[in-house]
Amino acid sequence: MLRFVLRRLLQMCVVVLVLSMLLFAWLRSLPGGPVSAILGERQTPERRAALEAALGLDEPLPVQYQKFLQRVLQGEFGVSTKVLPGTDALDVFLTRLPATIELAVLALLLAVVIGIPLGYFAARRAGSAVDTTTVIFSLIGVAVPVFFTAFLLKYFFAVEWNLLPVSGRQSTGIDATRVTGLFVLDGILTREWDAAWDALKHLILPALALATIPFAVIFRITRASVLDVLDEDYVRTAEAKGLSTGVIRSRHVLRNAMLPVLTTIGLQAGGLLAGAVLTETVFSYRGVGEALATSFREKDYAVLQVLILAAAVIYVVINLLVDIAYAVIDPRIRTR
Amino acid sequence: MTQHQTIRSSPRSTEPLLSVRDLRVTFQRRDERAFKAVDGVSFDVRPGQTVGLVGESGCGKSVTSLAIMGLLPKRGNTVEGEAVFDGDDLLSLSPSQMRDRRGADIAMIFQDPLSSLNPVITIGRQVTEVMERHQGLSRKEATPKAAELLDRVGIPDPKARLANYPHQLSGGMRQRALIAMALACSPRLLIADEPTTALDVTIQAQILALLKELVVDTGTALVMITHDLGVVAGLCDEVNVLYGGKIVERGGRHGLFRQPRHPYTVGLLDSIPRLDAPRGEKLNPVPGSVADNLPWDSACAFAPRCSHRVDVCTREMPRWDGDDVVGFRCFNPVGGPR
Repeated sequence: MLRFVLRRLLQMCVVVLVLSMLLFAWLRSLPGGPVSAILGERQTPERRAALEAALGLDEPLPVQYQKFLQRVLQGEFGVSTKVLPGTDALDVFLTRLPATIELAVLALLLAVVIGIPLGYFAARRAGSAVDTTTVIFSLIGVAVPVFFTAFLLKYFFAVEWNLLPVSGRQSTGIDATRVTGLFVLDGILTREWDAAWDALKHLILPALALATIPFAVIFRITRASVLDVLDEDYVRTAEAKGLSTGVIRSRHVLRNAMLPVLTTIGLQAGGLLAGAVLTETVFSYRGVGEALATSFREKDYAVLQVLILAAAVIYVVINLLVDIAYAVIDPRIRTR
Repeated sequence: MTQHQTIRSSPRSTEPLLSVRDLRVTFQRRDERAFKAVDGVSFDVRPGQTVGLVGESGCGKSVTSLAIMGLLPKRGNTVEGEAVFDGDDLLSLSPSQMRDRRGADIAMIFQDPLSSLNPVITIGRQVTEVMERHQGLSRKEATPKAAELLDRVGIPDPKARLANYPHQLSGGMRQRALIAMALACSPRLLIADEPTTALDVTIQAQILALLKELVVDTGTALVMITHDLGVVAGLCDEVNVLYGGKIVERGGRHGLFRQPRHPYTVGLLDSIPRLDAPRGEKLNPVPGSVADNLPWDSACAFAPRCSHRVDVCTREMPRWDGDDVVGFRCFNPVGGPR
């Protein structure tokens, strides 16, 4: 098991290294570039050349990459120009990350808690009206764009019916103590219940909007996977042993059916943590996704670099976690 | 036919343990014609007896066993008839009553031991869960018994094997483990559905020897489902040959092999390759396939493939000629009418 994890960690480093090269090449090939971003489009060639030399952009690409890598390894990504002007780019990411974690965790929790039981239920009644209805709803869940769902939720629940806040992470006028940066958790830790409740209310709508696609995907994979497993010979063996329905479901069907679902959850978690650009923008929710949108639009290269590299690392780490979870559930992988 | 009566293996006086009467299973798929997979099958199994159900793929032998066990999917299948086990008709028991019987009184072994074992659960757990369910044992109490069972079915180092997963065992070991699970609660009837088909020949012989030894030791009755007449010859007291969902011939194994009456039985026996045949001699299959079958209502289903066919065979259904010990269903049997 330890060897399995170590091997995966090594593979992970290689993947991140390759990704850093791609990122570097991509950023250097973008039209405009950092010089235009800093000086504006109307500048004399002399001033542009002077800035390029100052930034080291006149050196050969391999040398630039080497310096880039050195700085990255030391955690120096430069200073944000637009998202939070003057702040270190890495700090921008780190201050935004808790907001996104909070949102992603709640959205994923909703998707898993509803998607898996519903998928199982639909599979048990495959072909029935209940099954067909849920499948159609899940199709709608995948097909409707997130920003549309987000707008609808916002319009009805926040604007029309005034049940939940329109935007942001916390109402003004709430004096909350910060511990982890996860507002709900902070409120619970410091026993500032009003702050926790207020933060949770801000989370509900964006989390619901964000959960639609992961929910639909998890539901469909669970349903298909349970249908497959129900046909397996070992489920018939379990029936032939006269085991109770509960034992057959939990021990023999669900455990095997969860393997593909686990991969899906991992992929979805990666996507959610890398930043829910559309949802965060609609709800003016100041998380990683909103920072990504702003830095891209305003050509804040330092922040953009951090966010893309962080997204890559998050994906790779989650993949590792999924692999480990897989090995825990499936002995055939563990002993290979 | 006194010859048959003298070789009857079980005394007639014993009450049957399982009595299947006029079992019918119909598959109805949407937009398709109903298909009679089992078409009026009757047979008895007495305590300690080994009864074979023989036939080629699609003859209804596995469906018969799954219907008796209540393991056929509910959707699209109708099961009619009776399967009286120990005074209760298994086919009319409620699902939960049936659950109490399965694994305790009646157990089953399946064809492919790898796919029949849950890949993510240890062998030990898969053995103990039956005992926990039916004997009310805790997992701790059941574990040493599971080791004993594995030992009894010939798995070496049983204590260590309890912690193994199915993929860590060989094919023969897996089938032994499945047999151990089936025997865990000392069932009175064991149904084995092609238990050796997925195994290589030397292992087949070992598994058959093990089954034979176990049924003799424990007095368990055995229903052996197979397409392999060699298996039947070595193991069964009584043999039922199935064709197109009906029993076409029945007999004690000696009588059936010495003097087969139904042309299909003859064809099955002739199709067994012989070691003493001259080199290069062609194999002797039964011509055609089950796809050529005629409907039983108005003909003999086997008629299109039959070398003994006469006119009446394609006009009328042959009646059962015999009793519940020996008999056949044929207008023009091999060796003439009885």
